[in-house]
Amino acid sequence: MKDAKIIELEEVAIRFSGDSGDGMQLTGTLFSDASALFGNDISTFPDYPSEIRAPQGTVGGVSGFQVQFGQKQINTPGDYAHVLIAMNPAAVKANAKFMNPGGTIIFDVDSFNQKNLEKAAFKTEDPFTECDLVDYVKIPVPITSLTRESLKDYGMDNKSVLRSKNMFALGLVCWMFGRPLDYIEGYLKKKFAKKPLVVETNLKVLHDGYNYGMNMQHMTPRYMVHAAAIERGTYRNINGNQATAWGFLAAAEKSGLNLFQGSYPITPATDILTALAARKDLGVKTFQAEDEIAGICTAIGAAFAGNLAITTTSGPGLALKAEALGLSVMAELPLVVVNVQRGGPSTGLPTKTEQSDLLQTLYGRNGESPVVVIAASTPSDCFYYAFLSAKIAVERMVPVVLLTDGFLGNGSEPWRVPSMDELPEIKPRLAKSKDTFKPYKRDEETLSREWAVPGMEGFQHRVGGLEKNINGGVSHDPENHQANTIYRAEKVERVVEMLPKLEVCGDESGDLLVVSWGGTYGHTLSAVREMKMEGKSVSLAHFNFIKPLPKNTEEVFSRFKKIVVCELNMGQFSAYLRDKLPGFTYHQVNKVKGLPFTVLELKQNFNKLLED
Amino acid sequence: MADFNYTAKDFKSENEVRWCPGCGDYAIMNSVQRTMAEMGIPHEKFAVISGIGCSSRFPYYMSTFGFHTIHGRATAIASGVKTANPDLNVWVITGDGDSLAIGGNHFIHLVRRNINLNLILFNNKIYGLTKGQYSPTSDRGVITKTSPFGTVEDPFVPGQLVLGASGTFFARAVDSNVKHTQQVLKEAAQHEGTSVVEVLQNCVIFNDGIHEQIADPKFRNERQLFLEHGKPMVFGNENEKGLVFDKGKMKVVTIGEDGYTLDDVLVHDAKTADPTLHLALINMCLPDFPVAMGVVRSVEAPVYDQEVVRQIEEVQATRKISKVDELLRSGNTWEVNEPTSSDPIPFFQKKCTLQQD
Ligand SMILES: Cc1ncc(C[n+]2csc(CCOP(=O)(O)OP(=O)(O)O)c2C)c(N)n1
Ligand code: SF4
Repeated sequence: MKDAKIIELEEVAIRFSGDSGDGMQLTGTLFSDASALFGNDISTFPDYPSEIRAPQGTVGGVSGFQVQFGQKQINTPGDYAHVLIAMNPAAVKANAKFMNPGGTIIFDVDSFNQKNLEKAAFKTEDPFTECDLVDYVKIPVPITSLTRESLKDYGMDNKSVLRSKNMFALGLVCWMFGRPLDYIEGYLKKKFAKKPLVVETNLKVLHDGYNYGMNMQHMTPRYMVHAAAIERGTYRNINGNQATAWGFLAAAEKSGLNLFQGSYPITPATDILTALAARKDLGVKTFQAEDEIAGICTAIGAAFAGNLAITTTSGPGLALKAEALGLSVMAELPLVVVNVQRGGPSTGLPTKTEQSDLLQTLYGRNGESPVVVIAASTPSDCFYYAFLSAKIAVERMVPVVLLTDGFLGNGSEPWRVPSMDELPEIKPRLAKSKDTFKPYKRDEETLSREWAVPGMEGFQHRVGGLEKNINGGVSHDPENHQANTIYRAEKVERVVEMLPKLEVCGDESGDLLVVSWGGTYGHTLSAVREMKMEGKSVSLAHFNFIKPLPKNTEEVFSRFKKIVVCELNMGQFSAYLRDKLPGFTYHQVNKVKGLPFTVLELKQNFNKLLED
Repeated sequence: MADFNYTAKDFKSENEVRWCPGCGDYAIMNSVQRTMAEMGIPHEKFAVISGIGCSSRFPYYMSTFGFHTIHGRATAIASGVKTANPDLNVWVITGDGDSLAIGGNHFIHLVRRNINLNLILFNNKIYGLTKGQYSPTSDRGVITKTSPFGTVEDPFVPGQLVLGASGTFFARAVDSNVKHTQQVLKEAAQHEGTSVVEVLQNCVIFNDGIHEQIADPKFRNERQLFLEHGKPMVFGNENEKGLVFDKGKMKVVTIGEDGYTLDDVLVHDAKTADPTLHLALINMCLPDFPVAMGVVRSVEAPVYDQEVVRQIEEVQATRKISKVDELLRSGNTWEVNEPTSSDPIPFFQKKCTLQQD
């Protein structure tokens, strides 16, 4: 037998793709976890169809999961896949444009029949040529019939047999990348502990897939990806939504406050609600409200009652919450609103990522209504930005909007788990003296009022949406309204004292400064790193703090010849920067395809700017 | 129960009350303040939450914790207050427009969840604060500023909505009858679950006399039936009339006529889970029937905020995780401790990794 071809790579991206019923998300997740355990750094990106019941076998029903792993730091799930596992022709059609030139395509040859080719709307019998995939390594594997063969002695019905196909594919891929099966075996045994037959058949198919790879060495290439060198500690895989939820749990514990979440399900934010609903053991109260308005309103009520109150949503939900968010601005109650952004406007592209809610977040309310705006940049750092959002809200008595997005929320990466001691203290501004308490009396330094909650003897007072005087009485006095408007804006600006300065990644000055914010961090960083290695004078300034902007923003901008702002919208942050810091010229790289940037397209844009 | 020796006065705040002279809201506030004073609960445990409208200015006039919120959302905000802190005694003040138009959704869901709070629905069948437009309780055909030719829509009957949402407590009262309102509010306060009290309120400016047919003290005994749990449903100046249920329908009879005796008269059962008779009572209207006043329905059912606490306690009794540190290290984790690995740097001190390249 000929030895398998071994390809040694620093990083590899694999895309698992099939019909939404094929179990590709589970396959991808299991493979990622196994790789993470093996010691690789990884980054993943699930790509769901937006219609749950798209017809089987059609392009609309294709569900994908991309994982990139490697020995160095992995910042993105990879622009293009080196390996595609295609369970049907539609998967080839949907993913052709995401393939690395010369990559490998493993496909279930059994499903490449006339019927499925038609369903995927191929015109000829050669889908690969039609998709311009001529120079690719194509490995036909009869996955369906081998799975059937593998399970023939178990007397299972056809549907159950077909459901195990994904395990065959997983076993095969594990062999290709030298991943031991023990983690996956353990998972299956635990998950289906009550169904021994399911465990047995899945394990059988998994091993048959692995052995198939080994036996077919002549045709299947193998890849070598070494383990990464990283900080010592305890690691786990985490996605952005889970990290966000856990960040709030940490903030509640640090602040000594009870955590309350009022929310209404919406993709891609729902998983934060799911994650917290599961944490009754830590005393969390989750309130699944009748709509987004009730979601934020119950949270505002909980904040009034003294809880650490949050509400979570996605674009259209934030639109509904606008009026109530204004109320929390006026009542000066602590509240964190998470917006896991998705493609808009309206219901737009519900399962795809975008950064186009920035202006809505900054300005989308009646009246002068400033809130603190923060953006997380990776799946795992959602934990820290959620924590910090809560800290700012309760220490400064101000609503905070935390922006993440579909890419961060669903994407996952290995995360060194911190210990609670590593996190900063949180000291809520609870009122102390009833003799001096006035509802709208402000701290001189921070301009925040005090938090006196029902149940505190002697602190009875009234708040609400109408403009108030210092005693909490309704006031239509023009001078008072002007003064309070300025106070509320200035209170948000003074949060800057709690924030780190803007950092420059790369040289402190130079030809081109790449500016990005939120979930595009991994891609902009990778692009800048690659260009630096090519000897170009490019640095990165990535923003996590949008309102207020870091103190030194202007000073950083002034050290570069050109500035380019990259974002997944038509230029919202650059418009904001032009307004706040008008002294600079801002070039733009914008994309609204429901997809993250690719490192390649960023580099092309940057190179062009350097040449101009 | 601690004795605080409060009087109604102790519940008045320093703010000047700004309703129109003669507005029914004054009397209702009077009833609420008297009821609270008698509850034996300290001031600071009361949270009064309102939406927007004339009636919703209420919290400003109370020396409790108060929150004047946004139009229609008081029910949702109060749900958050009570769920976050079930120790509080929460009162929602709302108008017919506030709770049944813009806030209709939150209203029915509050009732459905059975959160333990008391809601007073000031029903003046008009929008007061915005100066006289018809409301969802205005009668069909009514002429207002926004219906100069009469409305072409049917009104909500608040009690029907409460029953339709499986409500556990509904009562009705008239603003000017302070003694009765107070009695009803007291029962509402004692009820565990969402208590909805509809108060027929007179808006002297935009809908003066809208409830007069019912409310006028001259005809009170003839036109109002004061319900008491366990008592026969009789009314009239001499209590000579009574209600019977005949062939699936409510019927008014005169005791001593047509062979009817007091024994034939229906006895009010507010505590039965079956809503059939409660609905019939709610639907009674002039001129064929008296209007039912007092507690129509008061039944026991699981209470949302208590269930939330119970569930948490239940889970915590057998929990494996009691601290965030334990959570972070639970499930699938792995250790990295290789010779090549470095000491961990806390995130909040992290510097950009590009510098090291
Ligand atoms: C979002 C929003 N829409 C409309 C209004 C205007 N508005 C204020 S009060 C009100 C109606 C109040 O009627 P009701 O609840 O019957 O209270 P009343 O004033 O009669 O006590 C309206 C339409 C508002 N404040 N907010
Ligand atoms: S307008 Fe009507 S409801 Fe409003 S305060 Fe005046 S009388 Fe009362």
